[in-house]
Amino acid sequence: MTVSSLSYRVSRNTSLSVVAVWLGVASAFVVLSVPLWGSPALMRWAVEVMCYLVLAQMWNLMAGYGGLMSVGMQAFVGVGAYSLFVFAQHLGVHPFLAIPLGGVMAAIAALLTSVLVFRMRGGYFAIGTWVLAEVFRIAFSNVSILGGGSGQSLTVMAHIDRSTREIGVYLIAATVLIGASVAINLLLRSRFGLGLTALRDSEDAAESQGVDVKVLKLQVYTLASFGAGLVGAVYFTSILRISPSAAFDANWSVAAIFIVVIGGIGTLEGPILGTAIFFALRWLLADYGTWYWLVMGAVAVAVVVFAPAGVWGYVRTRWDLQLLPLQRRLILSGPEPQRSVQTLELAGKTEAGRT
Amino acid sequence: MVEWLDAILQGVLLGGLYALFAIGLSITYGVMRLVNIAHGDFLVLAAYLALWPVMQMNLNPLLAILPVAALMFCLGYSLQRVLLNRTMGPNPLAPLLATFGLSIILRNGLQQIFHSDSRSFQIGALGTDSIPVGGGIPVGVFPLIVFLTAAALMVFVSFLFSHTRIGIALRATSDDSETAGLMGIRARHTYGIALAISFALIAVGGVFAGIRTTFTPESGPAALLYAFEAVVIGGMGSLWGTFAGAVILGVAQTMGAKIAIGLGILTGHLVFLAVLFFKPTGLFARTQ
Repeated sequence: MTVSSLSYRVSRNTSLSVVAVWLGVASAFVVLSVPLWGSPALMRWAVEVMCYLVLAQMWNLMAGYGGLMSVGMQAFVGVGAYSLFVFAQHLGVHPFLAIPLGGVMAAIAALLTSVLVFRMRGGYFAIGTWVLAEVFRIAFSNVSILGGGSGQSLTVMAHIDRSTREIGVYLIAATVLIGASVAINLLLRSRFGLGLTALRDSEDAAESQGVDVKVLKLQVYTLASFGAGLVGAVYFTSILRISPSAAFDANWSVAAIFIVVIGGIGTLEGPILGTAIFFALRWLLADYGTWYWLVMGAVAVAVVVFAPAGVWGYVRTRWDLQLLPLQRRLILSGPEPQRSVQTLELAGKTEAGRT
Repeated sequence: MVEWLDAILQGVLLGGLYALFAIGLSITYGVMRLVNIAHGDFLVLAAYLALWPVMQMNLNPLLAILPVAALMFCLGYSLQRVLLNRTMGPNPLAPLLATFGLSIILRNGLQQIFHSDSRSFQIGALGTDSIPVGGGIPVGVFPLIVFLTAAALMVFVSFLFSHTRIGIALRATSDDSETAGLMGIRARHTYGIALAISFALIAVGGVFAGIRTTFTPESGPAALLYAFEAVVIGGMGSLWGTFAGAVILGVAQTMGAKIAIGLGILTGHLVFLAVLFFKPTGLFARTQ
């Protein structure tokens, strides 16, 4: 039996993952159809859920794959949100068109300030990004044309009638979510994603294989900040009012981190599952005030210590499930019938993350 | 001119308080590369622990420092042994995420028990007395006590690190925990001691901060950021560098507040960012 007598193919897909992709497409249509049947209250709630989910996906991309633990995501949520107010409220740009500008401004702010925060690594980077967010918060509190410390309302939205406004914001949020999900999935399957996955597993090894770690980290940081800026712009278009303490609220990062850690860091499915758990807990504990954050914190600490791969990571290793697989499998089919069922994993267990 | 000198002097004294915040952070990073995101929240916890006997038994807050520091020492050791040691693996994100979760638990737990009213400790005339030092500049007695306590504790910690068995163990573990293990130094125990010392120091800082100004369950993050900035300004691996960093931060804040009230904290942040930009290893770094 020689190698040439074997036929083989390399595939990422499993029959389960094909089903998962179609389910994803179907749920995208369901999400887009909500304005046809949902109430305004449902749409407002869904905008919030989608904002948190996108932010969590961005944080996961940055921390789970890029190894950049930021606790200062709110810096870019805030810049995106304030850019929206500057363009829409003060420069006369249509609010819906100002939303992508929020993302762009956040990405620019991230690029410019990366000169500072990228001088730190690990935990220093984490707290450094927090300092940066505080600097932004204090700076925006001192801009009197933007309402200073008390903020301002998005009064230009009054020119748009109510249902157009609600449906418009909803559809933009849905587009951002679907766009971010598809983009992250495609991105991680590309050469860029391969470098990023290598970076996640070992920075030194990735560098020795020719991955430009510095450039890659900067790219992923800027990209995540762009997403955070979009989230800020969408969210504050939805609630119509901004203040520095809301826009630069550290709880943006807290929520994103808890969602990703509980769901499963460094996996594509983790943030989705985490967002579901986050909002389910919030609904369950709605009447208990701060208990909600206490429970979230306790669950997160327990996950970090006892199940570092998160809920999804646990499910995956327990039942060997992958809905959105990134690693390739070599599927051999040769003369012997048993060959056809044998599969080899090329990438090994990399998906389990650095546990 | 005199008022600027006054601002600088007040800043130096404020730096003493920030040094108490910062030394613990510097130690845990130096010994085990742990950046404790809950550092500030534990500092606030210590202040609330002192609040209990002060309110119930009308105890002088200064007398509460020692028992609270002892309690925090034990808490730090247990926390490291029971929880954080389990996260000290190859994944550098794990301890960060664990302490991040702890910070949220603490902040909301304190909020639940004590609500968000701001509290402070009263120490009578000692809190308001001042000594004139010439040129019309008064020096508050209490800020001076804080500064001198911080300096004394620095000397004590330096001595601990350079002349005692546990200090040698701490330094050896910092340099190479595996080789230290071969010499019979148990890293898990040493890590516990490092966090315990850190917690005892922030207990002192927490009570002093509560006498100097007010605190709420939300005061933790600010304390963490000041401590962190002091450590980075001073440079890693240098305890006295951290002390100097804290003084620089304090002066930056009081000078900024002199320019415009409400600008002090921002000036502190900006000085930190400037040091980061021009000398990322810190001003007094011993190791790289």
